[in-house]
Amino acid sequence: MMKTGHDIRDAVMARKASAAEVTQAALDAIAATEPRLRAYLTLTPERALVRAREVDARVARGEDPGRLAGVPVAVKDLFCTQGVKTTAGSKILENFIPPYSATVVDRLEAAGAIIVGKTNMDEFAMGSSCENSAYHPTHNPWDPADVPGGSSGGSAATVGARNVPIALGTDTGGSIREPASFCGVVGVKPTYGRVSRYGIVAFASSLDQAGPMTADVRDSADTLEAIAGYDPMDSTSADVEVPHYAAMLRADLKGVRVGIVDEFEESIAADAAMSALYKKAYADLEALGATLVPVKLPHAKYGLATYYLIAPAEASSNLARYDGARYGLRVEGSDVFEMFERTRAAGFGPEVKRRIILGTYALSSGYYDAYYVRAQKVRTLMKKDFDDAFARADVIACPAVSCPPFALGAKSQDPVAMYLMDYFTIPMSLAGIPALSVPGGYVKDLPVGLQIVAPAFEEGRMFAVAHAYEQATKHAWAREPAVHGAAA
Amino acid sequence: MPDTPIDIAHVAKLARLELTAAEAERFSAQFGRLFDFIRELQALDVEHVHATAQVIPLRNVLREDVVRPCLDHADALANAPATEGPYFKMPRILE
Repeated sequence: MMKTGHDIRDAVMARKASAAEVTQAALDAIAATEPRLRAYLTLTPERALVRAREVDARVARGEDPGRLAGVPVAVKDLFCTQGVKTTAGSKILENFIPPYSATVVDRLEAAGAIIVGKTNMDEFAMGSSCENSAYHPTHNPWDPADVPGGSSGGSAATVGARNVPIALGTDTGGSIREPASFCGVVGVKPTYGRVSRYGIVAFASSLDQAGPMTADVRDSADTLEAIAGYDPMDSTSADVEVPHYAAMLRADLKGVRVGIVDEFEESIAADAAMSALYKKAYADLEALGATLVPVKLPHAKYGLATYYLIAPAEASSNLARYDGARYGLRVEGSDVFEMFERTRAAGFGPEVKRRIILGTYALSSGYYDAYYVRAQKVRTLMKKDFDDAFARADVIACPAVSCPPFALGAKSQDPVAMYLMDYFTIPMSLAGIPALSVPGGYVKDLPVGLQIVAPAFEEGRMFAVAHAYEQATKHAWAREPAVHGAAA
Repeated sequence: MPDTPIDIAHVAKLARLELTAAEAERFSAQFGRLFDFIRELQALDVEHVHATAQVIPLRNVLREDVVRPCLDHADALANAPATEGPYFKMPRILE
């Protein structure tokens, strides 16, 4: 099987392979690993093969079906797909069939991509292990006893297993970058507003962003170019030109100033293996010509507290719509309020309920200023930290995660331990700036990601650095995920 | 048990969310630990800091007030738990 989306696109355009063959190969690969991985909630083989034959017909007519022509892709089950069940990993949407598609889904298909299925996730994207799915956990392709990370765990797992080269995820506090690190793939959280949120089931509206999870940096660059850009259906989408990212990729890093965050290095120093991996990664960047400069993020330590006020507050408001009235589950009651209360009690899982309670409290009368508004002010301080850092550095390099993948069940009874997983990813989310995780090596034979961070709308800079690093180190393809050996 | 400031029964009512006694008790203990972090924010001086509601420089976004295509009734009602004619059907709210 071809390794990357751009290899597939080139082969399809050159008629060395048909989109239908490539799609069937992806479906076969999924069928082989799915008993051990459980990355999908819904597969769409018939729809995929119909679309693939349409792409082949267009190529045969001499047309260009787009930047992702014939490339099989998986889509997190948080994105509405017209006519295809969309659950957000929740029982409350168990039978929901959207009457329209998310803008990014339409844009992927308009670029010639073939959607093969909808991937598993933590319920309403709340979680860091995929164990909060109301349906089943997903397993890590590198060790099926481990979690794939979350919330975009299914998307990370299927790309990590090399079933498909590209998947879509969403990231609110790390939900693309953490699973990308855990599954050995590239995962990109774009600038807030870079990608339309229209048709994405909302979690925390001031933080949610969709992005690619891919086999290599080039695939992320191509996918982001296809999905990014202004959308009149999302009033927070930014009217900022989308560059041709692939043309910005670099082979060396001469003249690039890479910021290394003092506070993060102090934190990761507690783990010798992780610390050694990141020190090697920074040395590799330096060997490519980059200059390392120390930077400070003095408010990063407040990230967890800030995030776990803002995100649940916005979630409690967004999830008010699941009331049994217009779509989704309804549990009858003696009056309308009892219907609301019972519907929500039956439809939501424990993590979602926990966050609704926390968020409702943070927004409730008498506490709003003390919690929500104060958190929004700390957010301003965090944003200024990054502004100061980017006055000295072109990009920041830092850990994506504090540990390699952990065993299923290891943290699932301790929500605060799970929340701490987001320590290195939350500050960028709060500041709205782009960040990606690129494979940075292995600890205990499990993948670990290096995070590259850039100023707002400078995704091209981030891709350039990550691509040079990836091509010099080739960590992602140095080993084969265990799920293949197990399936053989 | 750690200090939890939340009156969970009251907040659950505000959220229209029915919780079992076991859920309320478990959440209470878990929030106690989370508030150890949240209280750190209270120590920061933010009196002269503006709140950031969203991070990109956007002003009010408006569009022309013109009719555009939208979902038809059948599509909009297709996922409804109960309907009557062109309407969502709800339990009685007035006696």
